[in-house]
Amino acid sequence: MRYKSLLALSGLIGIGAVSAIAGSSGAKAENDPVYVVQEGHVDQHTFNGYRRYGESCHRCHGPDGAGSSYAPSLTESLKHLSYEDFTNVIVNGRQNVTKSQNNVMPAFGTTEDVVLYIDDIYGYLKARSDERLPRGRPKRIGDDS
Amino acid sequence: MKLKRTLLGCTMMLGMAALGAGTPASANDELQKLQGDANQWVMPTGNYANQRYSTLDQITAANASKLHPVWSFSTGVLRGHEGGPLVIGNTMYVHTPFPNNVFALDLNDNGKIIWKYEPRQDPSVIAVMCCDTVNRGVAYGDGKIILNQADATTVALDAKSGKELWHVKNGDPAKGETMTMAPMIVKDKVYVGISGGEFGTQGRLTAYNLKDGSLAWNAYSVGPDEQLLVDPVKTTNMGKPIGKDSSVSTWQGDQWKTGGGSTWGWYSYDPATNLIYYGTGNPSTWNPVQRPGDNKWSMTIFARDADTGMAKWVYQMTPHDEWDYDGINEMILADIPVKGKMTKALVHFDRNGFGYTLNRETGELLVAEKYDPAVNWATHVDMQTGRPQVVAQYSTQAQGEDKNSRNICPAALGSKDQQPAAFSPKTGVFYVPTNHVCMDYEPFKVSYTAGQPYVGATLSMYPPKGENNLGNFIAWDAGQGKILWSNPEPFSVWSGALATAGDIVFYGTLDGYLKAVDSKSGKELYKYKTPSGIIGNVTTYTHNGKQYIAVLSGVGGWAGIGMAAGLGNDTDGLGAVGAYKQLSNYTQLGGVMTVFGLD
Repeated sequence: MRYKSLLALSGLIGIGAVSAIAGSSGAKAENDPVYVVQEGHVDQHTFNGYRRYGESCHRCHGPDGAGSSYAPSLTESLKHLSYEDFTNVIVNGRQNVTKSQNNVMPAFGTTEDVVLYIDDIYGYLKARSDERLPRGRPKRIGDDS
Repeated sequence: MKLKRTLLGCTMMLGMAALGAGTPASANDELQKLQGDANQWVMPTGNYANQRYSTLDQITAANASKLHPVWSFSTGVLRGHEGGPLVIGNTMYVHTPFPNNVFALDLNDNGKIIWKYEPRQDPSVIAVMCCDTVNRGVAYGDGKIILNQADATTVALDAKSGKELWHVKNGDPAKGETMTMAPMIVKDKVYVGISGGEFGTQGRLTAYNLKDGSLAWNAYSVGPDEQLLVDPVKTTNMGKPIGKDSSVSTWQGDQWKTGGGSTWGWYSYDPATNLIYYGTGNPSTWNPVQRPGDNKWSMTIFARDADTGMAKWVYQMTPHDEWDYDGINEMILADIPVKGKMTKALVHFDRNGFGYTLNRETGELLVAEKYDPAVNWATHVDMQTGRPQVVAQYSTQAQGEDKNSRNICPAALGSKDQQPAAFSPKTGVFYVPTNHVCMDYEPFKVSYTAGQPYVGATLSMYPPKGENNLGNFIAWDAGQGKILWSNPEPFSVWSGALATAGDIVFYGTLDGYLKAVDSKSGKELYKYKTPSGIIGNVTTYTHNGKQYIAVLSGVGGWAGIGMAAGLGNDTDGLGAVGAYKQLSNYTQLGGVMTVFGLD
């Protein structure tokens, strides 16, 4: 629900996740969560997404969603992956285990620290993917510097 | 099962017949002898003292420039390759990351595969491995090859045929318990540890009987005294009895049950004291505010009786960890002068950036000095109490939850991680592969769910201010606590070193070079770019009278997390943009063992 008001907000301050995805295979649906980045500062949801990412995703997907030697860069993935597909993979997990690949994404469907904040995590990574957020710890709107 | 029992029965009878006595075969006698034979490399650590030193001297500082690859072997596995091969007689044993294949290669027949062991494991375990699917190697003893699989199964294979002799379940991956460490064999026992400090496991060292895999004992890192295998009176810490409930009294409520203290490093053994030495990992979670107290005995050096498991002494390096400075790094046993006095020493390069020298018989703390000048989280270690003097600015506990503590050195990777150092009795010097990385660390509240990450901190890493090398390879005087020389490396040095009587030290680099440097000056003598980044350990042996050097390449591990994508950005002015070189621009995945020799 909170995203409706955010959507309205993003119209006002001219920031959002919408424009960058036109034409990509991950079609943008109207109710997809968005992020707010205002002069390099993020809203509380996006910041929480950064934090939850650090808890549950960082150790495989690397700092700032940038990927590791054994898990894909999510800043790249979100250029193609729809919000629906993103949540599906997080909730149900995914396995790519073959002769050459041993990649396993766990199912986080019952992990509160992830599932409750899935939209926040999406928003944070989408901001990174849209190159609206640089690497590192984002500053919150209202933070001094 | 029936068939196995009959077979086991047969083996036992044969074994006893061969010995001609009722005593069980002692792998220790055999291993004791074998570890002194420089022609072979019979344990992952080189010898029981974990020195990674060889008396072989055909390859010398004078001729090292003529080294060249003579053969190589693809493991067929892509992810991070830690550890190194064993050489027993004319057979080389090579292991891989998940799926944890083991190959026996015939050195008499150009490395032809004698047998291959391919375990069947549920791949879902991959998702609960902390930092890549690494494995640090197999152990040999009593005609068996012992393998710790990712899914926390320990397996004994017949060294000749590769046939499984027994297996035992050492943990539950559904709770985040996995195995990456290389087992150690002493006498009739095999010692294994458990990983899972990021999943709230209760860490422990476990001894199994080598004969049949039956449990000998468990010794927990955290918990009640009977689980710890300690004696409140006889077990000492800083020379004093540890007292009753030494662990549980340093945790809030029953937090010790998910308290971590995992045991995934390299173990060593001193036949003279009959003690095994190892370190324990971080307390869970990474959020210190959530677990008040010293969180004993996480972050601790343990000296335990090899037969009974009873702890003789303990020393906690980082009480109430606030930075993920696991204490699991190897304990190197060496007889060296310490401040002018010959000492039976234990030398340990901790993740927390201090190089410790202790008396290995008593646990007395003798030296604790920084082995990277960048280390700033503590000013020094108080030699009376053994406690680090923490700087408030870098204390993530003092700064508190939801506060970002900045510019802490070292980063959670530590000034050194598991990559083992080497000691040359010839030079009396320790050769240490190090990380040169700092971090921001922000703890936050998390809840424990079995089998789910229990981390509770976000962090970002970068080189120390104004510098752009992420690693150093250093020479260390453990008697004085001083760096003798230091070679900067563009990336963390994540490869185990090897020192030889040829006055050379070998190590690998994350961008893929095997390097040979002069043991006195550090001057580079030879380098060769292997197919991938090196996080494996360098090994030496002879075959048909000629000395060879072997190393696994195959980038990954924790080094593969930050480094593959480069570390953070430069928006905070934390050094030159050029410092954040992406490892992926230098190397790609793939496991290969390369063997080097002279003509």
